[in-house]
Amino acid sequence: MDWTAAWVTLRLAAWTTGVLLVIGLPLAYWLATTRFPGRGVIEALVTLPLVLPPTVVGFYLLVATGPEGLLGRFLSLIGVDRLAFTFPGIVLGSVIFNLPFAVRPFTAAFESVDRRLIEAAWCLGVSRGRTFLQVMLPLSWPGILTGMVLSFAHSLGEFGVVLMVGGNIPGVTRTLSIAIYDEVQALNYAAADQMALMLVGFALAVLSLTYLLQRSLIRR
Amino acid sequence: MRLEVDIVRRYRTGFTVAAAWSQPLDRFSVTVLFGPSGSGKTTLLRCLAGLEQPDAGYIRVGENVWFDAATRRHLPPQKRGIGFVFQDYALFPHYTVFQNIAFGLRRLTNVEQRRRVEELLALLELEGLADRYPAQLSGGQQQRVALARALAPRPLLLLLDEPLSALDGPTREVLRRKLRRWLASQGIPAVLVTHDWLEASTLGEQVLVLDAGQVLQQGPIEEVFSRPVSTQVANIVGVETVVAGEVLHLADGLAQVAVGSATLMAVAPAMENRQVYVCIRAEEVMLLPAPPVITSARNRLLGQVVALEPEGALVRVVLDVGFRLVALVTRQACEELHLAVGCTAWAVIKAPAVHLVPR
Repeated sequence: MDWTAAWVTLRLAAWTTGVLLVIGLPLAYWLATTRFPGRGVIEALVTLPLVLPPTVVGFYLLVATGPEGLLGRFLSLIGVDRLAFTFPGIVLGSVIFNLPFAVRPFTAAFESVDRRLIEAAWCLGVSRGRTFLQVMLPLSWPGILTGMVLSFAHSLGEFGVVLMVGGNIPGVTRTLSIAIYDEVQALNYAAADQMALMLVGFALAVLSLTYLLQRSLIRR
Repeated sequence: MRLEVDIVRRYRTGFTVAAAWSQPLDRFSVTVLFGPSGSGKTTLLRCLAGLEQPDAGYIRVGENVWFDAATRRHLPPQKRGIGFVFQDYALFPHYTVFQNIAFGLRRLTNVEQRRRVEELLALLELEGLADRYPAQLSGGQQQRVALARALAPRPLLLLLDEPLSALDGPTREVLRRKLRRWLASQGIPAVLVTHDWLEASTLGEQVLVLDAGQVLQQGPIEEVFSRPVSTQVANIVGVETVVAGEVLHLADGLAQVAVGSATLMAVAPAMENRQVYVCIRAEEVMLLPAPPVITSARNRLLGQVVALEPEGALVRVVLDVGFRLVALVTRQACEELHLAVGCTAWAVIKAPAVHLVPR
């Protein structure tokens, strides 16, 4: 049992979800309320990782963050010498790859809130920010929870992007799914089985908890 | 202080809404935007609220400019000091009645908030419901909570979008009568959108009749309703006899009303006002050549035909029965009765078809 890999996996999933919450909520809010004609293109970009193989996302990320890449040059300007083969690097890859799993449920949740409730709050003199916090968020949070859980559970099992961007460094970028792959390569089926079972159990527990929570929320 | 509106809103589809009116804001006054659905009345209300932006014109409130196309000024809804009552109430489902009403009161202290909310709960007969959630209320109660929420911050102007249309008949009846009293007691001027002439005449003073985005007629409500400038307006309004009357006697839900030199019988709830407007829809008036011997209808009036206005298969007959009464009959009926200007006819109206609106 590779406990270090399990710890890296958990940290990766937590960071991914956290970052997605911070950038995904405003992005989803903008998508749900904008009348910008190019909205479709932005939505397509957000959904792209859903249909692309993770290796493609990982490959571009590797090139972009390399010393010759645009992102890489920017990063060296602010004092980060490289992202590839580091923990922040796999977080970035995982965030991009999980974007649709968070932003799509967030957007759907915001869109399902009756627009007139927002307008009612504005007419009562309540600012846009307060309206977002006191009307929009409380009414859409089952959908936000779904987005968070989906991206958390999905990044637990992330393989392709992590392997491309992060390689296989124990304690840094070696996640459970990579460890499983290694054990299978080494014909060490018993160890692979243990870790696979652990991932299945973990993902199942997270998803069940969410559905239970949502049920009790809707019933209220 | 006056509200002065002169706005044009153009949609990409080519649909254009335009209207202009003025209304005092330092006393209780109600302007009614009246018209069928799709006539643009809700658009005007949303422009007043700042939820939509007109393409031309201005909205001024005393010295304040809410909107001016010339200077590209558009004050957001938060800064206008308005109360908006939505057609389907738009109550916050995750807040209690108390929290809903207090939502626009965050500038007040807790004690002041509680006092204002309790004042409104009492006024709108909502005592004991403060801790309920909107889903636990009846339609009529939700409507009153929505009204309380909009009134709570003492807005400069109250905007009401078909406030009674989502209610069932009896509830609407009761609330219609109370609404004017509530609004007047708070002294808050209002703009009301409706397609119900009874609602308009109960609540309004000034009316703008809209169709397809254009104002067809505007003025004092009894004038517009009783003297439509065109058959189009008459059709939209649907009530053509609006005359001042005085309740002489009221008992057992029946009122005797003196109108001009005639006396009418009307079904009426108990009311304090003796001065009323008598409203009769033209299609509810039946014409006979001779006095009816026995009929269930309580009102039989002999009158002289003043004018005949053909309108498709129908003829609009204007009678002088001691007041100006309009009847709508078929062309065939008109011929069988040998109706002509100057001849006499009997008008028969059932008591429930005579509507009394306090003046």
